[in-house]
This record gives sequence, structure tokens and C-alpha cells, in this order.
Amino acid sequence: MTKKRSLMRSIAAAPHVFWAVLFIVLPLLIVAYYAFTDADGAFSFENILSLADYADIFLLSLELSVIATLVCFVIGYPLAYIIARSKPRTQKLFIMLLMLPMWTNLLIRTYSIMAILDDGGFLNQLLNTELHIIGTKGAVIFGMVYDFLPYMVLPIYTCISKIDKHMWEAASDLGCTPVRVITKVIFPLSLSGVISGITMVFVPSISTFYISQKLGGGTFELIGDTIERQFVTGALNTGAAISFVMMILIMISLTVMNRFGDSDEGGIIV
Amino acid sequence: MKHLSRAYLVLIFGILYIPIITLIFFSFNAENSTAVFTGFSLRWYRELFASPETFEALRNTLILAITSASLSTVIGTAAAAGLYRMKNKILKSGIMSVTNIPMMNPDIVTGMSMMLFFVAAAGIVGISYDNMGFAAMLIAHTTFCLPYVILSVLPRINELGSSLSEAAQDLGCTPLASFFKVELPNIMPGVLSGFIMAFTLSLDDFVISYFVGSSNFQTLPLLIYSMTKKKVTPDMYALSTLIIVAIFILLLISNIRSSKEEEKRKRRKVK
Repeated sequence: MTKKRSLMRSIAAAPHVFWAVLFIVLPLLIVAYYAFTDADGAFSFENILSLADYADIFLLSLELSVIATLVCFVIGYPLAYIIARSKPRTQKLFIMLLMLPMWTNLLIRTYSIMAILDDGGFLNQLLNTELHIIGTKGAVIFGMVYDFLPYMVLPIYTCISKIDKHMWEAASDLGCTPVRVITKVIFPLSLSGVISGITMVFVPSISTFYISQKLGGGTFELIGDTIERQFVTGALNTGAAISFVMMILIMISLTVMNRFGDSDEGGIIV
Repeated sequence: MKHLSRAYLVLIFGILYIPIITLIFFSFNAENSTAVFTGFSLRWYRELFASPETFEALRNTLILAITSASLSTVIGTAAAAGLYRMKNKILKSGIMSVTNIPMMNPDIVTGMSMMLFFVAAAGIVGISYDNMGFAAMLIAHTTFCLPYVILSVLPRINELGSSLSEAAQDLGCTPLASFFKVELPNIMPGVLSGFIMAFTLSLDDFVISYFVGSSNFQTLPLLIYSMTKKKVTPDMYALSTLIIVAIFILLLISNIRSSKEEEKRKRRKVK
């Protein structure tokens, strides 16, 4: 009886399974198909082999996004910690303040940064200087940090706020200095939040094309820009090959990361 | 220590809000500049409201967000209910990993894969890709919203357990009726927050829409993108200001709603 029931209930998942196969799995197979064929549809390794030409771009993207992720972590962890340790009402306020920029469209935020930092922009007008910021690596990294910082703070905050308040007392009663309470007790307990924060900042950073377009001043080409250019110019096979390789690399690094975090919660809050 | 952490909060939130505040500030600029403020005026708001393009994009965005959020909520809630009962652990985790792919994958890859899929599908069905406009966008948005809906409903179903619906069925409910009458009201908060999340994700999405979209179905993020390709006039700032205000109000409402719910829960616990 129960077996029959649970079978019947499992059927509720059927539309979703159908949807996922048709619109998630099949499109990815098509990407693989495009990656391994030429424009006429004949099998070829040419697209994959031609990726060597993009190695520099890929390394640059990797460099900038790793730096941005690190900066987000260094800025974001203390921020999450301070918010999680404040009064419940204050916590709510800060989380709301953090989410407002996050739900403001990324294009708008990025454009606004550009308008401020531009050569004839607001900052230079205000200070009456001629600082040249747009077009530097620093500007692109700043854009990534600015746009994705909330993604680092929120999962870490969720993790820290779930830690039992008595942990702090217990650790210091047992002789931990305040610094050691954080390094020996709190940080290890918040590791799964850190891992999802890193993922949520790194993945959009390495694949962005808008930030580098606007803040890179046209001099930067990241891997996202390359894919976008293939899409605009209609070189779909090359675009598919780059997407395919990027997807594989990201999936591998995520799997490795998740080994450290050994948790599947804390991933998405908001 | 307390002063230090307060100073830190002020510093970070200050930096976080400077671009947003300057944006709002310059939306009231009298001149056509996003760098030099010459005087207060509502000129850009007037120009914004005079443009039919903006309204069409706004309408499209809302239609898309409502339909894709509804569709993903229905499919996702059913999926969560089904997954909870699934006995086969391997099948279950397999389905979950596939579901999570759009969440893990960079948007640009999801967008690319969807676009190639629709190009192929349009070729097979024999219609022009441009005619798929809304349908393609609806499918794409529903697909990337689904994992978020499932992940917000599934914990609620796990929390509820199966005894209630079993009791209902022992008392003569059909499985379907027990779901709608007993389970659904109990998991409603999860379903609602899944819907809201899907709605905002759809509203905000640029990258996937950019790849999948065609010229005859313009959404706000796509319009903003095409506007920022050229030198931007403050009317885009006016548009952004209105969006920010709308989001602020939405956040405020959902915050008040959730704190009310929390109070209710606390009271229930006291009882």
C-alpha cells in the first residue's frame, strides 16, 4: 500500500524530470556537439585545439577573478562576522542594506561605477584631478568585488549566525583568546559558508563580460568577452568550445571545493 | 573593538552605496551629463515616461517574470513533493544534480547552451528563431528558476514529514486531495518564497536573456544594456532610480511580512 502511494507521489516529479532533460541536459549535449564539429557539422577537434590561442585570455580571467574572490573574502568575512554578532534587529537592517544593491541590476551598478571613475567622471570632477582609473586591472577587480561582495557575505553570515552562542563562551572559558576563538572555533564552523561564498563570487567573476566591457575601457578581453564576441559574430562552434571547456573546468573545481565544505546547505540563502 | 567594527560597517556600506546614491542624484540633473550636476529637474523622468519603448520593455519584463515564476513554482513544488517520496536514493540525487546545473554553471554557459538549443529546435520545427521571442525566454527563465524553487520548497516538505498526509489518506483522502488540503497549506511559506525568488531572478536576469532573446521581445535589462552601449543619458538613471525604489519597497514589505511570521511562531511556541 505505502509502496504504491509513494510511487504515485513520485510521479509528481515527472514534469520536472521531463523539463530538466529537455531544457538542461539536451542543450548541454548540443554545446558538446557544436564544440566537436565544424561549421558544416563534420566531426572535428579543431575548435578545441584552437583554444590554445585563448590561453592568455583565460589566464587573465583566472588571475582577475581569483584576486577579486580573495578580496571579497578578506572584506566579506569580517563584515559577515560583525553583522552576525549584532542585535537581531540590527542584523535584519544590515542584511536588507546588503540585498538592495544585490537586487539592483548589475548593469546599472557597473555603469554607475564607470560614470564615477571615468576620466571626465564624477570623481575627477569632484577632486579636480585627472586620475586614469578605467581600463586598469584595478578597475575591473574593483567592479567584480563591488558587484559580487554580497554573494560572499550572505552565506558566511548565515553560517555564523547559526552557530550556538554558547560556543563563544565555552571556548573562552576553556582558555581561548578572542582571536583563537575565531581561528580555532568559529572559522572552522563557518567553512561551508565560506566555500559557497567563494563559489558564488568566483563563478560570475570568471565568466563576466559586462564588467570588463565597461570598466576595462575596451582594453580588456576576458573569457566572457570572448564567448560573447563569438556569439555576436556568429562563430558558434568556437563559442561552444570555449563554453564547454569553461563548464568542465568550473564543474571540476566546484566538486573539489565541495569536498572541503562537505555540506549542501548554506548554498543559497537570500 | 565596538567602535572599530562600527567604523568598518560604515566604510563598507558607504562604498557599497556611493554608486547607487550618485546614480539617484544624477537622475535629477538638469543637464545631459552623468558627471557634472548643474541643477535639479525632473526632465529625465518626463522623458522616460514619454518613451513607449520603456513601457513596452517594462510590460514584457513583468509578464515574463510573472509567467516564468508561476510556471517554475508549479513544476518545482510538484517536483519537490515527488522527490521527497522518491525511495531510489541514486535516482533522487541524480535528479537533484541535474537540476542544480543551471545554478552552478556560469550564466554565460547556460545562455549559450539554451541559445544553441533553440536555434536547433527552430530549425527542426521549421519556424524562424525570431518568432520564438517570448516562448524561448519563458522556457529559459523557468529553467534557471527551477532549482531555486525546489531548494526553497524541499526543506519545508522534509520538515513537515509524511505522517500528516498519511493520516489524511487513511481517513479517505485521495493522494491528490491530501496534497492540496493538508500538505500545501503547510508548505506554503516555502512555496511563496520560492515564487518571490524566481520572480526577482527573472526580473534581474540579463546574461541568459541576452543570449536567448530576440529583437521582438525586449526586456528592461536588455533595454538597459542597449542604452549603456552608447553614451548614457540620465534617463537611464531615472529608470534605475525607479527600479531601486520599487525593489526597496518590495524588500521592506517582505521584511515586515517575515518578521510578523516570526512573531507568530514565537507566540505559538509560548503557548
